[in-house]
Amino acid sequence: MARVVVDVMLKPEILDPQGKAVHGALPRLGFEGVSAVRQGKRFELELDGDLTSARLAEVHEIAEKLLSNPVIEDFEVHVEDHEGSGA
Amino acid sequence: MKVGVVTFPGSLDDVDARRAVSLGGAEAVPLWHGDHDLRGVDAVVLPGGFSYGDYLRCGAISRFSPVMTEVVAAAHAGMPVLGICNGFQILCESHLLPGALIRNDHQKFVCRDQRLRIERTSTAWTSAYDEGAEITVVLKNGEGSYVADTETLDRLEGEGRVVARYLDVNPNGSLRDIAGISNERGNVVGLMPHPEHAVEDLTGPGTDGLGFFTSLLAAAAV
Repeated sequence: MARVVVDVMLKPEILDPQGKAVHGALPRLGFEGVSAVRQGKRFELELDGDLTSARLAEVHEIAEKLLSNPVIEDFEVHVEDHEGSGA
Repeated sequence: MKVGVVTFPGSLDDVDARRAVSLGGAEAVPLWHGDHDLRGVDAVVLPGGFSYGDYLRCGAISRFSPVMTEVVAAAHAGMPVLGICNGFQILCESHLLPGALIRNDHQKFVCRDQRLRIERTSTAWTSAYDEGAEITVVLKNGEGSYVADTETLDRLEGEGRVVARYLDVNPNGSLRDIAGISNERGNVVGLMPHPEHAVEDLTGPGTDGLGFFTSLLAAAAV
């Protein structure tokens, strides 16, 4: 078993109205000094069996094909929990 | 001529689209997202709505529905395909059209009668219009802001592939006021506003949208 996390963020040049709305709410709540907020998505994939490099490559394919839209988004893949690694 | 209208789970405007197809003079054929079957149609409309609840990204899951495999193959072979609103989003997600549609810049859902200028009439869906025709149809979207990188936008403009542009106001932050685009061949068109809601005087802002549905027959008759 392994947990692999895929983070998807809008590319920096793409306007993020949701992040802007969150940012706009902060001063109203009394939080100062936050200059920008960008909102993204986090996917946690639980994989069966051993995490081989082939399996990890497959996760990259999933991220590229379905979880993100490469026209507007970038993604990052990282292994969060790998059984036996003690991580 | 038979025009298929796909129903996805969460489609809203499939019935209106079928009605518009009929009023345009073609036979409307309902298609189901779960079937690998276009039922012998000559053209396809992907209607508006919130397919798969807009989960993940608008159109992202619909893109992988069985019927879309058939639609993508048929579009590559030259079949006319019109995507309206959510249908436009699905066409972008399917890479049949470049760019993407993101949340409106003003963060609100917009619903209005929208003036447009038809800029490309050499498509399967706009041949009934005069170039530069100004029409009014319904616009309603939450994620209708058309974006693409500058290179793509320049290419679309250079190749005359901007099919329709917003007039008076830009309702959603779309780059270069783009309301609709086509592929190179002109058989695939994506449009954010809804011509199928402007086909009868009784409902909607007039009949300016009917041209999208009569264009097909005019093209077939040539």
